[in-house]
Amino acid sequence: MPTSTSKYQYIACDPEKCVGCQICEYICSQTKTGEFNTFRSRIRTVRAHKVLITAVACRTCEDAPCVIACPRDALSQDPATGIIHIDANRCDGCAWCIEACDFGAISLNPATKLAEICNQCEDLEDGPQCVKWCPKEALELTTPDRRAQRARRSLAVEEVIGPR
Amino acid sequence: MYGYSGKILHIDLTTGKDWVESKPEEWYKTYIGGVSMASRLCWENIEVGCDPLSAGNPICIAGGLFAGTPVPVGGKYGMASKSPLTGFIGDSLSGSWLAVGLKRSGWDGIVVHGSSDKWVSIFIDDNKVSIRDASHLIGLGTSDTEEAIREEYGDDQLRVASIGPAGENLVRIANVSNDGRKAGRTGQGAVWGAKRLKAMAIRGTQGVAVHDPETLLKLSYDILQAAQGPHTQKYRVLGTSSNVLNMNKLGLLPTHNYQEGTFEDAELMSGEYLHEHYKAKTIACAQCPIACEQVGHVKEGPYAGAIGHIEYESLYALGSNCGLSDMAAAIKAIANCNELGLDTMSGGVTISWAFECYERGVFSKEDFSCEKYPEGFEANFGNGEAVVALTEMIAHQEGYMGKLLAQGTRRASQQVDEERGTESYKWAMNIKGLETPGYDARSLKTFALGLAVGTRGGCHNRSAAYDPDIKGEVDRFSVDETRGRLAKSTEEYAAVYDTLPLCKFIRRCFTGKADRAGAWPAIANLINATTGWDFDYDDVDMIGERAFTIKKAFNIREGWTRDDDHLPYRWQHDKMTLGPSAGHLVTDEELKYLKDIYYEAKGWTNDGLIPREKLISLGMDDVAEEIGV
Repeated sequence: MPTSTSKYQYIACDPEKCVGCQICEYICSQTKTGEFNTFRSRIRTVRAHKVLITAVACRTCEDAPCVIACPRDALSQDPATGIIHIDANRCDGCAWCIEACDFGAISLNPATKLAEICNQCEDLEDGPQCVKWCPKEALELTTPDRRAQRARRSLAVEEVIGPR
Repeated sequence: MYGYSGKILHIDLTTGKDWVESKPEEWYKTYIGGVSMASRLCWENIEVGCDPLSAGNPICIAGGLFAGTPVPVGGKYGMASKSPLTGFIGDSLSGSWLAVGLKRSGWDGIVVHGSSDKWVSIFIDDNKVSIRDASHLIGLGTSDTEEAIREEYGDDQLRVASIGPAGENLVRIANVSNDGRKAGRTGQGAVWGAKRLKAMAIRGTQGVAVHDPETLLKLSYDILQAAQGPHTQKYRVLGTSSNVLNMNKLGLLPTHNYQEGTFEDAELMSGEYLHEHYKAKTIACAQCPIACEQVGHVKEGPYAGAIGHIEYESLYALGSNCGLSDMAAAIKAIANCNELGLDTMSGGVTISWAFECYERGVFSKEDFSCEKYPEGFEANFGNGEAVVALTEMIAHQEGYMGKLLAQGTRRASQQVDEERGTESYKWAMNIKGLETPGYDARSLKTFALGLAVGTRGGCHNRSAAYDPDIKGEVDRFSVDETRGRLAKSTEEYAAVYDTLPLCKFIRRCFTGKADRAGAWPAIANLINATTGWDFDYDDVDMIGERAFTIKKAFNIREGWTRDDDHLPYRWQHDKMTLGPSAGHLVTDEELKYLKDIYYEAKGWTNDGLIPREKLISLGMDDVAEEIGV
């Protein structure tokens, strides 16, 4: 599985907690488009197997391949947050960014045929709405480093105290 | 109109044609969605008196009012046709992404008419309909069919409903599967099979607009938060199998084909035990913040690799009722049913009937002969291998026993009793032909009434009459004059949820109280924010009465009479010997009295027919014309 090289925050999903209800998609599409349509969501749940469900949104890669791939310079990355911005005036829906993304985190708007991507609801005071609504607290805005810290800690607990 | 498109899609598999029917707003206000709208579509589109497995029986699918919105647990649809098991209305409900796809494709409902001469799948791509050859999919299990269809159309986001081999082979206890959920009961899978419809795929790309999104979001968020609290804890933590030990303690857990109500190995079947030993994942239906579905995964032994949903109703049927202590075998049997497209409840109860026949000498070992076991096998209670083998034999109509059990308990017992001069009908556990659920009603007298008068037969979902019995609001062992009113009230309560539809597990999350006073005003607010209508408490309450009435009207037109409201022979004549329910029966006098007071409470005649004025007062004038008295 490809891994992000990001130092930035992104929306991560814990597959052990995710139940596949897709409420994140409803809320994302409503927040971004004003209607409920999971096809327009910037976060996507994935039912990979009968016992494996997770959700994927933009991983804010460093030197993001989607930005590099765009032949029209429609994509740019905020150097402070890592968030990808798409200039709708420049995007012509060629989908190179979609192919460049290892995570499948970019999608085309079926109506306008322009690319759309998670921006962590950076314009909203209470932050990413999917995180706020996730009933199982499976989603969080975090960094790879923070996740690594947690992994080390749970490993230590498991080795010394035993499995949960 | 918000919440609806105003359009019903009709597809005729005989001619390959499709057309659009527009419905007025008043029609939607009367029938809303789910089981009510699906049953109404069936009322409008069936050839009255037809064989359920003929072209004249339509498949009627009705969406959910809240499907595709963030209203928790609103991602459900209803499906109705004339049941090949009961000959009456077969209305199923399923929590599924299909409901969401349907809403977003712009259709309020779908009616599939006729039948094809070769196997087909239907693809609904927003407003475009195509019918494709499906012969290459025949024989595939339900999840494989879904995968194959998604692959074929090149889109993982397609929503697919399909039948497994059981439906293809016209097994009368076959179901329809979607995203691992089922429109499970009354044999809908056989209706699909008779039409040679293997699968239906929907791609809905349109957004869902509601009247007042801000209010709807706020209401939904509060419900979603409440759904993480104590009101849903048992569903969230262990799922429905948390009921096993309670039911066992109350003497209600069907055991050895309902011979007893307590199971000595109930501990092994408990949610607690299964959670610890088999649970691999918790799953939610569409837009559900509760997530009750516990997926069991067998890791070792002869059934290693089996993945099946651990749910109470599947467990009593294929577990205690078949005498099974080996839960790996039970999970394997559930997994088989899921993939083969067989109703776990009717499947388990039919198998347990066969076990009892074997133990009583009606069947010999050789009667169970099949390809895998040419000499047949010992079909005793507790034989997990036999349960697993029989799920496969039924789905494929393999051997004498597979063909026999594929008809369900009523037809199977009739055939055997005719062939062999036996009395196996005495332990054929069905009502109107539909196998009974996981609550023994000999000591639940209100529920016994609710089941007897149920329009789809032996079903715990359409009547909540066990509630006053189990909670001790009434004496569950005796009968009194309140039960008619209670049966009416609890069936109409359930029908409100089944019609919107909303999953009943959310019922305490509106205000903490599950009763009408607690839930109906909150549900009215959800309806109004979605549609812009002006529904109040009484309007919500009426949804349930109308739903039940259209189903009853359907049955009357198909020839229902008072005698069809019956109970299984066993619940009236055989006493349990163990546990708190020991010694109890529902006598003929009690049942007659209960039916009398129920029909009276409903405002029907003593024959159970519906007066014209009653139908007109519900806004069902055209129904009054046809069946009103």
